[in-house]
Amino acid sequence: MDFNDSPEEAAYRAQVRAWLEENAPRDAKGASLGDEDESQMGAAKAWQAKKAAAGYAQIRWPKEWGGGGGTTMQSVIFSQEEARMGVQLGGPFAIGLGMCIPTVMATADDETKKRFVGPAVRGEEIWCQLFSEPAGGSDVAAIRTRAVKDGDDWVINGQKIWTSGAHYAQYGIVLVRTDPDAVKHKGLTMFWIDMKSPGIECKTIHQMSGARGFNEVFFTDVRIKDSQRLGALHDGWNVSIITLMNERASVSGGGGAVGGGVNNILKAAQKVAGADGTPLAQDAALREKMADWYVMSEGLRFTGMRSLSALSQGKTPGPEQSISKLVYASMAQDIAATAVDLQDQFGMIRDENVSAFHGAFQEAVLGSPGSRIAGGTDEILRNIIAERVLGLPGEIRVDKNVPFKDLPTGR
Amino acid sequence: MNFDFSDEQKALKDEARKFLAAKCPPDRVRKLMEEGSSGHDADLWAAIIEQGWTGAAVPEEHGGLGLGYLELCCIAEELGRAVAPTPFASSVYFFAESVLLAGSDAQKAAYLPKIVSGEAIGTMASSEKVGPVTAESIEAEVSGGKLSGVKVPVMDGMVATHAVVLAKEGGKPGLFIVDLSADGVSREQLRMMDASRGAAKLTFSNVPAERLGEAGEGITLFDAVNDRAAVLLAFEQVGGADMCLEMGREYALNRFAFGRPIGGYQAIKHKLADMYCKNTLARGNAYYGAWALNTNASELPIAAAGARVSASDAYWNAAKENVQVHGGMGFTWEVDCHLHYRRSQQVGLVAGSARVWKEKLVSRIERRNAA
Repeated sequence: MDFNDSPEEAAYRAQVRAWLEENAPRDAKGASLGDEDESQMGAAKAWQAKKAAAGYAQIRWPKEWGGGGGTTMQSVIFSQEEARMGVQLGGPFAIGLGMCIPTVMATADDETKKRFVGPAVRGEEIWCQLFSEPAGGSDVAAIRTRAVKDGDDWVINGQKIWTSGAHYAQYGIVLVRTDPDAVKHKGLTMFWIDMKSPGIECKTIHQMSGARGFNEVFFTDVRIKDSQRLGALHDGWNVSIITLMNERASVSGGGGAVGGGVNNILKAAQKVAGADGTPLAQDAALREKMADWYVMSEGLRFTGMRSLSALSQGKTPGPEQSISKLVYASMAQDIAATAVDLQDQFGMIRDENVSAFHGAFQEAVLGSPGSRIAGGTDEILRNIIAERVLGLPGEIRVDKNVPFKDLPTGR
Repeated sequence: MNFDFSDEQKALKDEARKFLAAKCPPDRVRKLMEEGSSGHDADLWAAIIEQGWTGAAVPEEHGGLGLGYLELCCIAEELGRAVAPTPFASSVYFFAESVLLAGSDAQKAAYLPKIVSGEAIGTMASSEKVGPVTAESIEAEVSGGKLSGVKVPVMDGMVATHAVVLAKEGGKPGLFIVDLSADGVSREQLRMMDASRGAAKLTFSNVPAERLGEAGEGITLFDAVNDRAAVLLAFEQVGGADMCLEMGREYALNRFAFGRPIGGYQAIKHKLADMYCKNTLARGNAYYGAWALNTNASELPIAAAGARVSASDAYWNAAKENVQVHGGMGFTWEVDCHLHYRRSQQVGLVAGSARVWKEKLVSRIERRNAA
């Protein structure tokens, strides 16, 4: 048991480090999904192109598709080193390269693949994923957006929601209902779509935190070719599973700082005096929570390391990483609420010029509910662990043998 | 990155599991509790000694197998899973570790081979009253090489032959080895919440006591021994917690209510999923503790406290929620849930409470940050 690289891993890390030292942008502030800042997007695209040219963009992908022909472990090592350099510019490409393009690669013809894979790897084209709808969040197969055949074309009408990056993406993959008479999982089809197609309108969602990281996307008589279909007609559910499997296949780096953010909170709490003049860090109730959060953060870090160890030895990691978001999101909310509570009346202030820690914890109070929902709600994640890891029965389904059009819809 | 046990260590764990499944089924643990005995299965203990487990981490020169702490962690996990009613923790994690940590060559030579062979059973005697053990809480005193005072509870105090005793000498705490067969030692069996583990109140009147480690270093050494024990106990807790999850899962799949398995209801599914989360976090923290213990890393104090806090939380959660999943059967004597429910309390308290360990963890992090 140790934390050391194997000789091959160490050699690869040294190679990556040397390349990053020479090539990484020094003043990158970080580009995230939903980033409106064009200079940030420019920096992100430039960095992606540079990585692609050197074979570091999609390390696990075959070279013929613009990848590096490397291993998952190498990909993790590169990410760790990139993070160590403070370069966080991959956000805008994550959904395209992590979910959309793998779906295209698994289902499209050679011509389509040749058209799209290279530009996506080089960061020239950004993709978004159009699955969720107002009527289908956790229950994605409940989507209602319709595609109706018209000659060689399909005409799409409906609405998507929670689409990250739709406002700057050039392309997307869209899941639509092509047969409302079939049972709900059997009447869906997947297409790729040009986001500039006439009839597509994007509108950012105003979140409770004030952030605008997601979009609603409205489709009004959007006309696309049948050749844009990904996979077989009415087989969209199985195609979407390919997309989502790719999302889950990503393994976190098991990196991060020791103790995560908890260590920093403890340091900060030593600098702020409470009512009686002693530092907040001396508060017994806070210290007990600090210990709980610390072992949760560290537990997640070590769980990541266990998965990496399996990868490093050429094995498939166990299901242990499935706990990560579930544990992390609630903890972040708890930390934020506790930190605000410690500030007493001052905790109400969100003004970054007045509030303690520039309002970071107030931001976290308002932002953390979204983390417990986006990318799988706490409840869905618990179902997934219970069913796929523990082998407990699936939910009772009343929608299995009913034509979609006959299902009750409610709100 | 190789943050895992080796294939050989995993094979040892498998063997230990099979061995304990045969020698220590839950019925045997329950029967021992019914007999109201000293909480010690002598036959099982003899079989464990025959396996060499008591000497897993003891160097060969002192009669052990000299394998290492990772191997001892593997064994600990299986002992925890099996709720084994033996003085293993007292004798190996506390007594042998105290001697290994603080003993002179002569003391190591005198005591370790006997612990490994089972000729001696060791324990740790620190607590005297309600609340955490501190320099101020100790009244037991050694004067002129003779110990007087009362220690309660002393785990395995009815069967132990030797104890490491935390006592004052010249007003300062120290560790002392005491032969419990000496004149002036009286033992009183205690009724314990976990009746599968025995304990006693020990009263010492002018009993010969041999100092272990430097004078006045009692609390420092006691803390260091507890750190080492905490990692090993964390593996017992992780083993117990995983067993509770397996029991709960098994029951939820086979118990039907309202026409279907209760494991199909989200209230139960989510409870078991949360158990899996805590158990997984505890395993990660325990592995880090194992690494730190095995390499004697400077991170050990933080790693041990982290392992302890995480594992105590996971085992208690798994034990109580396993009872809940089992419904009415869960709190009967005949069903095994209560064995873990009791044990999770016992293991969670024996090296000090969760509250104390959380404070240790945070103050140690503060010290690291300041360094």
